[in-house]
Amino acid sequence: MAVVSTESVPIKSEPDVVAVRRRVREVSAQLGLSLVDQTKIITAASELARNTIIYGGGGAMQVETLNGPRVGLRLTFEDHGPGIPDIELALRDGFTTGSGLGLGLGGSKRLVNEFDIVSRPGEGTRITITRWK
Amino acid sequence: MEKIPILKMGEFLLVTIQVDMHDRLAMALQDDLTKTISQTDARGVLIDISTLEIVDSFIGRMLSNIAAMSRVLDAETVVVGMQPAVAITLVELGLSLPGVRTALNVDAGMELLRASVNANKEMYGSRLH
Repeated sequence: MAVVSTESVPIKSEPDVVAVRRRVREVSAQLGLSLVDQTKIITAASELARNTIIYGGGGAMQVETLNGPRVGLRLTFEDHGPGIPDIELALRDGFTTGSGLGLGLGGSKRLVNEFDIVSRPGEGTRITITRWK
Repeated sequence: MEKIPILKMGEFLLVTIQVDMHDRLAMALQDDLTKTISQTDARGVLIDISTLEIVDSFIGRMLSNIAAMSRVLDAETVVVGMQPAVAITLVELGLSLPGVRTALNVDAGMELLRASVNANKEMYGSRLH
């Protein structure tokens, strides 16, 4: 799998969620994703960026465009927050330790083609999502 | 801080969201709308989201909250103009906007508001206050 380009977008405070959405829209449009696929990955990015702030205390999003054999967009959200003790539980719809709806993690998983989560208590969380063209 | 304008049109309030909806702006709109409903005695709220590129769980919750709050204040809410891609994404995300009435465009939304306000008037007479 060839990574064509890579960049990092900081996620420190709430306005950065909007910046994340904007950047993901630009890159996914450049890649030629369909409007529905663009909307899906932007929405997933919005959920995960908000989680990065609320639960992870801030972090960054890595943007990678992939080409060969398939064209796609891979986003990695990383924070050095408290981590997720029970990932299976956190992925369940309706589960939240905050005040949200509990749809962020499970919902964004449904919106992308690949979803990978690595989390260690006390060290942080890294979530990688990919949407193929 | 930027603000989303609320227009008064007869007994209805009109909101067109034309900016990137960041979370604090969504919270402010919720507050502003409930205040304006009670100040103006509005019977209905029409929210046009045709320019919104996404509705995530936060914005979705805001729409549900506005609908619930205005109902408590005796006003109906209709959300209009959702883009098809947004609707598809919203349902896959797991959000079905419970309690939120929707219409395809502003015209249909206004009609829906008028009809439901008239039906309420017929059933309960005019307002007590």
